[in-house]
Amino acid sequence: MTPSQTLPWIEALMLESTTKPRSFQEIILRLQAYWAQKGCAILQPYDMEVGAGTFHPATTLRSLGSQPWAAAYVQPSRRPTDGRYGENPNRLQHYYQYQVLIKPSPPDLQELYLGSLRAIGIDDALHDIRFVEDDWESPTLGAWGLGWEVWCDGMEVSQFTYFQQVGGHDCKPVSGELTYGLERLAMYVLGVDHVMEMPFNDPEAPIALSYGDVFRQTEQEYSRWNFDQAETAMLLQHFEDAEAECQRILDAPHDDPTTSKRIIMVHPAYDQCIKASHLFNLLDARGVISVTERQAYIGRVRALAKLCADAFVQTEAGGWAA
Amino acid sequence: MPDVLIELFSEEIPARMQRRAAEDLRKLVTDGLVDGGLTYAHARAYSTPRRLTLAIEGLSEQSPTLREERKGPKVAAPEKAIEGFLRSTGLTLEQLEQREDKKGAFYLATIEKPGRAAPVILAEVLESAIRNFPWPKSMRWGAGSLRWVRPLHSILCVMTRDDGTEVVPFELDGITAGDTTRGHRFMAPDEIKVTGFEDYAAKLKRAFVVLDAEERAASIAHDIETRAFALGLELVEDSGLLAEVSGLVEWPVVLVGEIEEQFLDLPPEVLQTSMREHQKFFSLRDPKDGRIVRFVTVANRDTADQGATILRGNQKVLAARLADAKFFWENDLRVIANVGLSGMAEGLTNVTFHNKLGSQKARIDRISALAREIAPLVEADPDLAEQAAQIAKADLQSAMVGEFPELQGTMGVYYARAAGLPDAVANACKAHYQPLGPSDDVPSDPISVAVALADKIDTLTGFWAINEKPTGSKDPFALRRAALGVIRLVVTNALRLSLYERAFLALAKHVGHLAAEEDFAPVRPAIEALRGQVNDDVLQAFAAQFEDEKIRARELDKAPTEARPDVALGLSLAQDLLTFLHDRLKVYLRDQGIRHDVIDACLAMPGNDDLTLLVKRARALSELLKTADGPNLLQGFKRANSILTQAEENDGVEYSFGADVKYAETDEEHTLFAALDSAEAAITPAMQAEDFAAAMHAMAGLRAPIDAFFEAVQINTDSQVLRRNRLNLLSRIRTICGGVADFTKLDG
Repeated sequence: MTPSQTLPWIEALMLESTTKPRSFQEIILRLQAYWAQKGCAILQPYDMEVGAGTFHPATTLRSLGSQPWAAAYVQPSRRPTDGRYGENPNRLQHYYQYQVLIKPSPPDLQELYLGSLRAIGIDDALHDIRFVEDDWESPTLGAWGLGWEVWCDGMEVSQFTYFQQVGGHDCKPVSGELTYGLERLAMYVLGVDHVMEMPFNDPEAPIALSYGDVFRQTEQEYSRWNFDQAETAMLLQHFEDAEAECQRILDAPHDDPTTSKRIIMVHPAYDQCIKASHLFNLLDARGVISVTERQAYIGRVRALAKLCADAFVQTEAGGWAA
Repeated sequence: MPDVLIELFSEEIPARMQRRAAEDLRKLVTDGLVDGGLTYAHARAYSTPRRLTLAIEGLSEQSPTLREERKGPKVAAPEKAIEGFLRSTGLTLEQLEQREDKKGAFYLATIEKPGRAAPVILAEVLESAIRNFPWPKSMRWGAGSLRWVRPLHSILCVMTRDDGTEVVPFELDGITAGDTTRGHRFMAPDEIKVTGFEDYAAKLKRAFVVLDAEERAASIAHDIETRAFALGLELVEDSGLLAEVSGLVEWPVVLVGEIEEQFLDLPPEVLQTSMREHQKFFSLRDPKDGRIVRFVTVANRDTADQGATILRGNQKVLAARLADAKFFWENDLRVIANVGLSGMAEGLTNVTFHNKLGSQKARIDRISALAREIAPLVEADPDLAEQAAQIAKADLQSAMVGEFPELQGTMGVYYARAAGLPDAVANACKAHYQPLGPSDDVPSDPISVAVALADKIDTLTGFWAINEKPTGSKDPFALRRAALGVIRLVVTNALRLSLYERAFLALAKHVGHLAAEEDFAPVRPAIEALRGQVNDDVLQAFAAQFEDEKIRARELDKAPTEARPDVALGLSLAQDLLTFLHDRLKVYLRDQGIRHDVIDACLAMPGNDDLTLLVKRARALSELLKTADGPNLLQGFKRANSILTQAEENDGVEYSFGADVKYAETDEEHTLFAALDSAEAAITPAMQAEDFAAAMHAMAGLRAPIDAFFEAVQINTDSQVLRRNRLNLLSRIRTICGGVADFTKLDG
């Protein structure tokens, strides 16, 4: 993608990249402005519990098929086992990822990425930025790709991946995926040692809020629920239900009797797949899944992801032509 | 003769793949050029994180013209045949020659293949090299179909002659070869035009790229040493890390950073693992107390603030990691204080070792029982050996090993000491995994040896019992390493044990465990039938094992099912495992310069599952064969053996007894009789004492008398009495030599 002329409304948002951002939200806003300027559709977070930005259908499903795509968004992500009651300086059960997906991957994706670091105040003349081998694999999504962790002064600030397969399908063309761990990146840029101390809005705002003001209590509540209280029998049942529903809707005839149109219900089915994945994570945090069962559960989620991928490539958005 | 410069410029190549890839590029291209009929004087490949480079000197300008003569049909052949021949050669009738042979006149075609220009061949070879490059993993990008390790951006391919530089015309999936490259990603990102290798290397250096990985490594090593020396510290040598780091940077800049005081009391292995595995930091230690007090990071650029920002960032990341490690360390110590190591190990009941071989806990119980049995053989206290085996893997449940799996065993030692266990027990936590490879240390403390041996025998017999043996290059459970471990533990510590019996007993337990639901009653006749193949104690232990299983099966009210020949299975698996161990032993001894035929000659002797005895014998025999007497004695033996074998075949009798000195006619016969008597007198006690060196020495003394005997004495005389006596005398040579090793297996 070649940088287009700066749009006026974005110009208003784009801050001098030589100034340091002052808050968590400013980093998010600058990333949004930067990727909007580079031509991405700025999407909103997916309204379901997911483990990572990759689960958003804008990545998982849109990386399939031949249609071009360019999207960027913030995705709240949940990893129940990482909960630390808000006490660990770096670990949270709920955190934010910034996700960019461009298909086909542009030849200057590395340069675009480095530009985004400059936009949030990381000056590569002073910092040591490195692309260190890291092959990405998601056993639950049946997906893998090659790429790097990006290091800034020895710290991993992003994951950079060229998708090769998703849901068992070869990615043609290949999507380039960028994932920023927002809290960690922001803590580094803002020079904060404990996530809860990080300014969420501007520190000089009349009502200045820290990350802890927003999330300390929720981290405690969810940590307790995730580890000790979540009703496992119910979660197990929900898992079974989500799995069954996903399969059932994909088995339904493609032709809709109400509209007489061909409507494959991929997204509703994929919602159930995401749900099953998150329920598995919750069960895992409750410690009720043994080592041997683990693989079996992951395999069941992967099977759903594969069904959804198979169905998506038969839809218009997936490149299907009647 | 032109020189060639090739550069494949891409996004960052994984460090671990760079060197191999540079070599592959050199080989693929130069082999291709030679196959295409070109010659070259010299070729060298280089790699950096973003480029593979190949410099070829003295390439020939073109491939030679090739002439091929092809015999065609007879001149009188039907027109169709001649037309076909013309078509296949691409010639006209006028261009054919006529020749004569004894069958008559025939056509001869001379096909000329003109030589091709080097750039044409080079372009073909390079395209094929890129398309068929053996990356361990490769990928596609964008909308293209080309595969490379990461997106390939540009190709530089030029030929340099005295009169200038020529770009080799070449295009690959939209990438056109040119004469430009780029410097350092951040410090000199602009295009650079080059004329040849010298120019290229020099311009790259000005653009902050050190092309040669060796040079980068040497400069890193040198800078670290200088900095360490100035601080009065020493580098913890780490050649693997040095190679990796030199593949992560094009412009290495060494920076030394501090480790916060609060972390300096962590075990040095923890510091080093956090630093090395996660951050690729080197460690500097204080030579006075061996503590690690500084880290070294290698940045990829110069900065205006002399790396201050970079160092601050790295220090912060390290502090966060070490804070985690400190949390795990303190947490683990608290768990041990509360519930002890055995409490920590409890969770291993729920950890599957292998789905057919049960949990880690079940495995630990088997190893404990085995360690107890082995303990007396290594002069270890059986109680302590069992205790050590019970806690040796407890650290697998610790938070620290959960986070840093490579610290398994190492943490065990710290935690066992913290639990107040004696050093000999604690050390087994680490030592029982050893030796981890052919160059790793072999434990020598008796308790560690007992547990290490038990661990490896359990692993080998377990996977043998479920038929998961290594095949070809596939050895997912590292059984070859385990076998070499058994060999080195036994041989280095001069342990005396019958591995066949040990393997058999352990296999019996595995087979029994695996078949716990079967009825074992009909096994007894099979045991009886096999009596004599292994000794009674072993059979009884085996029978008892099955008796237990039978009782258990009955208690569980399992219906008896069909009988299976378990004993035979156990025996054949044990034999198979022993053969595997012998194969590994051959490799091990061959690496020590002992010939395979020497090993075969010793393997043919009884007691070959006692590896200490076997190796002692092989070493002594190998030494004997290195002396002047050895090969001559072997010749003498072979001659005696072949005469004797032939005579025995012809006569249909065995000459094995009754050589009598009174029938000796010549001095040489008398001398041989006397020499055999004295050799026997020396060899018999030496063999009883297993002093193979002495036995071999005594045997070597036979060489001269045997030589003299064959020189002077005719075996096949008319006198049957004399002939028989001499054959019986030869038989004594065969017996004496054969008692030490199977000389018939030796080459020469």
